[in-house]
Amino acid sequence: MSTLQVRVWRGDAKGGDFQSFDVPRRESQTVLDVVTFIQRTLDPTLAYRYACRVGMCGSCAMTVNGAPRWTCRTHVDKVAKDGKLSIAPLRNMPVIRDLAADMREFFDKWARAKGRFRGATTRKDDFAHVSPQSDARRLAEAGIECIGCGVCYAACDVVAASPDYLGPAALNRAWTLVNDVRDTDHARRLRAVAGDAGCLACHTHVSCTERCPKAIAPTAGIAGLKRAVSRAALKGEW
Amino acid sequence: MSRRAETLLWVAQRASAAVLGVCVLVHLATIIYAVQGGLTGAEILARTRGNAAWAAFYTVFVCAVAVHAPIGLRSVLAEWLGWRGRSRDFALIAFAVMLAGMGMRAVSGVIG
Repeated sequence: MSTLQVRVWRGDAKGGDFQSFDVPRRESQTVLDVVTFIQRTLDPTLAYRYACRVGMCGSCAMTVNGAPRWTCRTHVDKVAKDGKLSIAPLRNMPVIRDLAADMREFFDKWARAKGRFRGATTRKDDFAHVSPQSDARRLAEAGIECIGCGVCYAACDVVAASPDYLGPAALNRAWTLVNDVRDTDHARRLRAVAGDAGCLACHTHVSCTERCPKAIAPTAGIAGLKRAVSRAALKGEW
Repeated sequence: MSRRAETLLWVAQRASAAVLGVCVLVHLATIIYAVQGGLTGAEILARTRGNAAWAAFYTVFVCAVAVHAPIGLRSVLAEWLGWRGRSRDFALIAFAVMLAGMGMRAVSGVIG
């Protein structure tokens, strides 16, 4: 059985360094398998985060060989062809300890972008009838499968340069709601995502779209938001 | 600065970019034409002096630059130097005025 040479970042918000481990190479091994092996067999003090292991919960994203990835669906075969792995916490987020990044600010920005659905009906009303073929619904569907893993946020150079920038995930969420015909908070949401810290700060580097494990294109949604906020500002809607 | 003002600045930068796209093409084509034809500086000035069309074109060009560049620099200063707020915006207004002044001085030199 061959061996993987793994460098794992150890430390906390004050700083840290990489620690080396030798991990047995196994068939169909994922990066999360590697981290779990280290924690269960080699060093039980290693801190990391995961839950579902099947690409649904968005908990296990880390920086793998320099790029943000969901570790549960990243096969070692694909990222460590030379048998070497470097695993670190996600960029653009404070480190709690070792591989666990603090995602509070990331999710607070979803709230700041008015990422919460606000409807006008109650459970006593009839279902809304929304055609899946309508343009608005198709645009919403394109971004609706986000699992909140933070990969796009960690990949974004604008977040790195402007810590107040809402980031691709929060803006993608806002874009799905802008295209939700049932939502009643459109004007306030457009105002929330406008301005220097909002969608207009995006430089269209497309890193978020390139890295999104769910193949969502936040860049396209952000471009849609730019058009929408421009129209609203020119009309003086807020 | 309000969200609306920030958004309108962004719109102004995009609109001025569209104008600049056309202006740069015309400007480059003019340079290439003038060079290929072997025109001297005096011959070029003879064509531009008192020409209202060239005056209008280069005035638009200068105005577009004076709008476009400071707004772009606004983001650069924020992201690279962390310079935000009113002091940055006042400095950029001064920069815009300087660009417009220098540009119009050049226009008057060629056209006037």
